[in-house]
Amino acid sequence: MPSHSRWLNPLLLCAAAAACGGPFPQSTFRPASDFAGAIDHLFTGIFWWAVLVFVVVEGLLLYVIVRYRQREGAPTPKPVHGHTVLEIAWTLAPALILVFIAVPTMRAIFSTQADPPAGALRVEVVGHQWWWEYRYPALGVVTANELHLPAGRPVTLELSSADVIHSFWAPRLGGKRDVIPGHVTRIVLRADSAGTFLGQCAEFCGASHANMRLRVMVESDSVFGAWVRGQLAATAPVARGSAAAQGQQAFMRYGCVGCHTMGAMSNAKLGPVLTHLGSRTTIAGGLFPNDSAHLARWIGDPPGEKPGSIMPNMHVPASDLATLIAYLQSMR
Amino acid sequence: MTHAAAHRTSMGLDSRKMGVWAFIGSECLLFGSLISTYLVYKGKSVVGPTPHEILNIPFTSVSTFDLLMSSLMMVLALAAVQRGDRKWTKIWLFSTALLGIFFLAGQVYEFTSFVHEGLKLGTNLFGATFFVLTGTHGAHVTVGVIWLLTLWVRALQGKLSAAHAVTVEICGLYWHFVDVIWIVIFTVVYLLQ
Amino acid sequence: MSGATAASQEKGRGGLASWLTTTDHKRIGLLYFYTAFFFLLVGGFEALLIRAQLAQPDGRIVSAETYNQLFTMHGTTMVFLALMPLTASFFNYMVPLQIGARDVAFPRLNAFSYWVFLLGALFMNASWFAGPLLHVGRLSVAPDAGWFGYANLTSRQYSPGPNVDFWVLGLLILGVSSLAAGFNFIVTILNLRAPGMRMMRLPVFTWMTLVTMFLIITAFPVITVALVLLLFDRTFGTHFYLTSAGGDPLLWQHLFWIFGHPEVYILVLPAMGIVSEVLPTFARKPLFGYTVVVYSGVLIGFMGWGVWSHHMFSVGLGPIADSVFAATTMLIAVPTGVKIFNWLATLWGGQLRFTTAMLFALGFIGMFTIGGLSGVTHASPPADLQQTDTYYVVAHFHYVLFGGTVFGLFAGMYYWWPKITGRLLSESIGKWQFALMFVGMNLTFFPMHFIGLLGMPRRIYTYGPELGVSSLNLVSTIGAFLTGLGILLFVWNVWRTRTRGAVAGNDPWGGATLEWTIPSPPPVHNFDVIPTVASRIPRWTKTQLAAIPEGAELSPPEIHVPGGSAWPLVTALGVPVLALAPLGHALWLALLGAAIILLGIFRWAFEPFEV
Repeated sequence: MPSHSRWLNPLLLCAAAAACGGPFPQSTFRPASDFAGAIDHLFTGIFWWAVLVFVVVEGLLLYVIVRYRQREGAPTPKPVHGHTVLEIAWTLAPALILVFIAVPTMRAIFSTQADPPAGALRVEVVGHQWWWEYRYPALGVVTANELHLPAGRPVTLELSSADVIHSFWAPRLGGKRDVIPGHVTRIVLRADSAGTFLGQCAEFCGASHANMRLRVMVESDSVFGAWVRGQLAATAPVARGSAAAQGQQAFMRYGCVGCHTMGAMSNAKLGPVLTHLGSRTTIAGGLFPNDSAHLARWIGDPPGEKPGSIMPNMHVPASDLATLIAYLQSMR
Repeated sequence: MTHAAAHRTSMGLDSRKMGVWAFIGSECLLFGSLISTYLVYKGKSVVGPTPHEILNIPFTSVSTFDLLMSSLMMVLALAAVQRGDRKWTKIWLFSTALLGIFFLAGQVYEFTSFVHEGLKLGTNLFGATFFVLTGTHGAHVTVGVIWLLTLWVRALQGKLSAAHAVTVEICGLYWHFVDVIWIVIFTVVYLLQ
Repeated sequence: MSGATAASQEKGRGGLASWLTTTDHKRIGLLYFYTAFFFLLVGGFEALLIRAQLAQPDGRIVSAETYNQLFTMHGTTMVFLALMPLTASFFNYMVPLQIGARDVAFPRLNAFSYWVFLLGALFMNASWFAGPLLHVGRLSVAPDAGWFGYANLTSRQYSPGPNVDFWVLGLLILGVSSLAAGFNFIVTILNLRAPGMRMMRLPVFTWMTLVTMFLIITAFPVITVALVLLLFDRTFGTHFYLTSAGGDPLLWQHLFWIFGHPEVYILVLPAMGIVSEVLPTFARKPLFGYTVVVYSGVLIGFMGWGVWSHHMFSVGLGPIADSVFAATTMLIAVPTGVKIFNWLATLWGGQLRFTTAMLFALGFIGMFTIGGLSGVTHASPPADLQQTDTYYVVAHFHYVLFGGTVFGLFAGMYYWWPKITGRLLSESIGKWQFALMFVGMNLTFFPMHFIGLLGMPRRIYTYGPELGVSSLNLVSTIGAFLTGLGILLFVWNVWRTRTRGAVAGNDPWGGATLEWTIPSPPPVHNFDVIPTVASRIPRWTKTQLAAIPEGAELSPPEIHVPGGSAWPLVTALGVPVLALAPLGHALWLALLGAAIILLGIFRWAFEPFEV
């Protein structure tokens, strides 16, 4: 088990950095929701019990190693074969410690899996190879990879899969939950306060499992409301003759519309919705920042940037790439 | 074969016999897993045919009776070989194998008619679980028939005396086990629809 | 070849043919050892490539595809091709010696087990180079869906290549080997004990082998069924694990872990047995609480069947199931803890000699305790939701399987090497090896606790620098290479011991059990006279009680030992041929394989063979 000081070191670092995004953005030691907090509290208790047992057992081991090392002229050891009282004692002692672990465990099991309170915001989370789709049925919003949640309000994430098993995990907001074809699983949480929380898929799901990242933007009610209004609003029409307009043509010509939903133009569901792509901070399953250079690299060679990518290399020439990017960035 | 029977063993049980018992224990888990899979997926098929549309209980009841009778023949074969009765050893071993062959023929007929009625391995979960479970059992019966016929040929060659009774006995253990498993499968698949 | 007398067997032992047809449990044990150690090196090499890739963020040493193959094959290799067969090498060599038998109950079945294992291992690893043969446009088609092969990623739709087929068929082949060994050793231990060797006098290693064998014959049928269903899904269009026709991918997880958790004890119990032999010898004290140690091993074996869903807490089985499996999982810590306390009590008041074997056994206690304690932290389902599928779990099970099983196995190697070869491994090289491996494994795996809790999942070929785990990963990689260096020291030690090792004699350590009464290496018939046993520690009580008649009625010429047979090898050759059928979609291969197996079994059954 970890020694005391090494264990606390990252804890202190995290505490110092808690205010900003800071280091360790996926640390389980920095709970930022009721769900994550309950787990952290439970783990801390179990951890100290484990430390106690660790110290006792390893201490005894070191003691006998030093105390009973072979010495010159020492008498032959007494052939002790056993001791009933001792056996009973060291059967009961661990059992007793386990009771102290089991009781809070059972409490946490039921509290973290309780039904969500009425009025919780329901979000459908769909895992795809290798990106996340988020649907807000009550709000009519559909988006990808970046989950926006209001701070301080209970939220229910209903998880399902479009292909293989994934696992939704944003460590600072709580434990992971598997996303299983044919099942709907659930995470209920209430984020403490505004902030950006990183996460990623935690169940091996094929070639680009490592690249199935996600972000949760927890926002105040007003910011969240503004975001929802932005997502519901129609995107501004592209100016005739502009680069964006040429890009719109390219978007159709290269078959992007075959897989991606784009405003009123396309309703395809194979890839992530791109209607308000310009309003997101990342692309390609949360893998790259949403800027011109990364968009160019990504669209230029998806399987090269993200192994196994279902989006093929459409061999878009540089000229079309530039207008395509201008178009995508205008879709805010 | 070997003289293991003549050797002293710690448990006083022939090693081969003990080995077959261990094997049977292991086989219980194999069939247990297959039967559990069948039960877990019972009624979960998205399309037909369903069990009650296709299973022919009277026909399979006859097959089941046939297999039960073969177990009786097996008991008689063992008794014959143990008392050194060469003639009846041959007769009962062959009868056991023959009833096993009848059972397999019945299974071939059943599988063929199911396929004609539209139930294949890939049709639905019922087809998949049914064919894999009963097919695994059928493969066990096939192995048993080959074993029995081998013993029968040894008996015809006059190489199966009372001293070899244990080889008939372990074959019998296997055969009875395959029979008992069939009773379970028959109950689970055919009777408890 | 028919049975031969011991004297004639001692002559003419050599040459390839004698190894291919051997039925001597000691030779088979050696074959297991060298084969498994080779695969330990292969699996270790895979681990080093993994660690090299992860040494820094955004690693580019291997591609995503290769990385996924590496971690899949690392896990599969270490579990099925290295650790299990290494334990097999010990129970092959030592169990007959410890119970006072001349061989195992079914010597030819034993040879069959080995050959099937070898062929299965080669089959599985052939996938690294089989691409061109199967007209796939790349060299390697190694399995890439994880050692746990979760459905439905393994379906034809999401894993179209032959990679997963190699994995399914390879594991099916290896299962045959394990099952055959299981039946053989259960009968051997129950039935071939020397006079007076009552069950409660069996050495603890033999006891733990017995429990392991029962776990093997009950757990492997379950994974066999799981794999056969997967094979049918991939080959014959069934939908056992596919939601499209009402199937459920969770069926795989249940079947896999019903096998998978007993498998953990299949890997750990033999090592616990070895430690229970080594500690008393080098403490000069009998094992404390023998009965309790044995029964707790049996209890662990039983309880290992009731905990499988703790691998599935993140699935969301509901609070009731989570609570039940949390409770059973925590309970299993009790018999495990009891074993550790009994080992400590064995050391208490002893005269500890710090041989390399003893150091590894002490290391086992220290490291296994850490793995056990981190295990308790994810026996708690809510806590597990932050730990499962992260490097924290990787840290946990490597403390159990490396700090535990591998350390236990090295304790056994240093302990029994002189018995097996007649020469002592160098103690000074051994101590360097232990130091390197002890420091190396802690550097490798201890930081992984933090890496996991700081949010790095398992099975990812790359991670970003923003996670803040880059330097911890670098430390881990350095530790892995140190550990690898330690393993290489062992290889060197074995090499130099062939000619330069000190001659051991019958009993270099003053051991308590029967194997130390006979020469090193043991003669082909093991015991000139089958000993009569009057105690758990026959060697130690002998001087006081003179219980064992020694030298009486010595008559080696009349000892019948099993002759060799080629038919186990022939039969075994049929198994991979059969397995090639679904891979090549060729029915004739299936028929050919079945014909070879049938021929082999018939010739086997009817060849004159003395036991």
